[in-house]
Amino acid sequence: MSDQTTPRPAQEDAPGLPAQAGSGAGVATRPSLVKEGPDPGAAGPGGGLGRQLLRLFPLHQMHSLGLLVVLILLGVVGTATSGNFLTSNNIVNILTSAAVIGVITVGQTFVIIGGGIDLSVGAIVAVASVWCTTVATQSHGLAGMLFTAVVVGAAVGLLNGILIAYGKIVAFITTLAMMASARGVAERISDRQSQVVTVDSFNRIATDKFLGIPLLVYLMAAIVVLGWLLLNRTTFGRHTFAVGGNPEAARLAGIAVRRHTMLLYLLSGVCCGVAAVMLTARTTSGASNLGNLYELDSIAAVIIGGTLLAGGRGSLFGSILGVLVFTTITNIFVLNNLTTDIQEIAKGLIILAAVLLQRTRGARSPA
Amino acid sequence: MKETGPTSMGRRNMLLGAGALGGGLLLSACTSNSNGDADKANVKATTAASGSTPGKHVTIGFSAPAADHGWIAAITKNAKAQAGQFTDVSFQAAEGTNDVNAQISAVQTLIDKKVDVLVILPFDGKALTSIGAQAMDAGIPVVNLDRVFDNSLAYRTWIGGDNYGMGVNAAQFIIKTLKAKGVSKPVIGEIAGIDNLDLTKQRSLGFKEALAKAGFSVSIRQAAQFTADSGQQVMSNVLQARSKLDAVWNHDDDQGIGVEAAIKQAGRSEFFMVGGAGSKHAMQEIKADSGVLKATVVYPSSMSASAVTLARLIGQSKGMGDLVEQEVPTSITLFSATVTKDNVDQYLPTSFT
Repeated sequence: MSDQTTPRPAQEDAPGLPAQAGSGAGVATRPSLVKEGPDPGAAGPGGGLGRQLLRLFPLHQMHSLGLLVVLILLGVVGTATSGNFLTSNNIVNILTSAAVIGVITVGQTFVIIGGGIDLSVGAIVAVASVWCTTVATQSHGLAGMLFTAVVVGAAVGLLNGILIAYGKIVAFITTLAMMASARGVAERISDRQSQVVTVDSFNRIATDKFLGIPLLVYLMAAIVVLGWLLLNRTTFGRHTFAVGGNPEAARLAGIAVRRHTMLLYLLSGVCCGVAAVMLTARTTSGASNLGNLYELDSIAAVIIGGTLLAGGRGSLFGSILGVLVFTTITNIFVLNNLTTDIQEIAKGLIILAAVLLQRTRGARSPA
Repeated sequence: MKETGPTSMGRRNMLLGAGALGGGLLLSACTSNSNGDADKANVKATTAASGSTPGKHVTIGFSAPAADHGWIAAITKNAKAQAGQFTDVSFQAAEGTNDVNAQISAVQTLIDKKVDVLVILPFDGKALTSIGAQAMDAGIPVVNLDRVFDNSLAYRTWIGGDNYGMGVNAAQFIIKTLKAKGVSKPVIGEIAGIDNLDLTKQRSLGFKEALAKAGFSVSIRQAAQFTADSGQQVMSNVLQARSKLDAVWNHDDDQGIGVEAAIKQAGRSEFFMVGGAGSKHAMQEIKADSGVLKATVVYPSSMSASAVTLARLIGQSKGMGDLVEQEVPTSITLFSATVTKDNVDQYLPTSFT
């Protein structure tokens, strides 16, 4: 939590990160935050933004490469310590475990690159999962449940977006408030009871397989690919980097910054709605305590994936690698039957190691 | 940029607004959860208890942690429902909270209101001891529910579950079933609840020691968080860690929904499972006998109803009707019954949803 309460230190770290060393003069405009006051003097013209991004592209690949090394190291450790690690069943299990948090992380990556943060993702998952599993919703069958989950997610995300973009409330506070109240709504609807899903076609989302791989994995892969295309190959994506890097410059360049910010939270909400469908099918139930601390899991994955917490720079590919690193760590712990306390200590150390490894690799390479 | 043009902006916003409104209208009909029987508290059968003839009027104050989990929700609901059964009892519940400080203030308020008897389920027994003692000093008897106070001066009567016994009974069912199957070296798994709670330690200890008497041991033990998603996550990994299992004890039926889902998704069925706490869903699964869940060891959520009954008796200076003693005992440990297919019908009415 303490990391997120103080976004400033992360920004102060930025000069130490490779971005500053690697790219040209245009980068000087980037450090200012969404929440900062206008800085028109330093803002470059809109045309420069695209070129900066191109220059950044190889850099975020370096980040991802570091994380890939971490993932391979984990694979070696897993294989060495447990005969069950390198089996197709277990690899599929890791991918399936990563699916829910992976989809949430796609939305979170967009929000953070766009200079915001979404602390309410876990609560949105909870409220969407509860709303789509009430007796009334289940009576509408599969289609009704899917519709409800996605629309509830989208609506909460949109509300976040409107409050942040047009109400001008800091994202951290807005989504913190939403985290509390959305979970409260979930508790109120469910009366704090677990709502078991009785619609079989819905539960089959988690059990059906194609070529031996669960549908959930395809779903995550599809959303990641769509997200990647949206972020790296469309105007929307370029605007996201621009808004996160320097909102004032983005505004001067003709980008509708407020509307774009709102859409980012809407996107995150939709991702949470889809994730709620996946999680509800996986656990065959909706409950107000689902998705607990998913906000921290997704933010941690985004950050170790090389995205700047202050926004303006980041990689979706890195975020997904971050999710896989966390899921693989948990898997290796359970395979070796380690106790909870050791798991927690080791997890913290591995996160630190992953970030340090990335930093040294990144710093060496562009020079 | 073209999308900033006023006309297209307006149209988009209108579409967006209309979509949100339409979605909201459709959805608002979907929050209903009533299906006839879900809302009944499960204590009404217990009112035929002895000593239920109306007596002196008693005001009972009640304080418990926040109902963020099926079992605690049932505790609060059952206490209230039981109080409603008595014409000579008025019931004052403080807002549930998981903050020790807030619960101390809540109990303080009840003391200041001069209730006749207090029923307290502390979030943390040690932290609430002093306020319990304060109530006793003020002449208000305290019925300590489940999580025990540090000092017996802080309560008049303690009533609660038997976590150690829960582990023992789960182990005994597993031992009996495995012996009947003729399994000599079983692979036994344990999915514990939140690992830093004292009750989890007690449960695991009872399980381990009872298994040891039969020469068995736990092959893999992992802790979940009492939630369905954590249960699913942990169990899916445990199933990878042990390609063959003989028996599994899952501490909590709420997280058990996720544990069962993981088992189904992995297509595993070579072992049997024992649950814990005694939810309605688990008992229905046991009754249907279609999955791996063959038994659950009960941690009765009806204990809060019993606590309210005891509080009333204490307030009226009565003893428990079937005992010879003139006073309510100082300590009552509830039995953790093993519910199987054979006796599930008897326990279904007191299960929690």
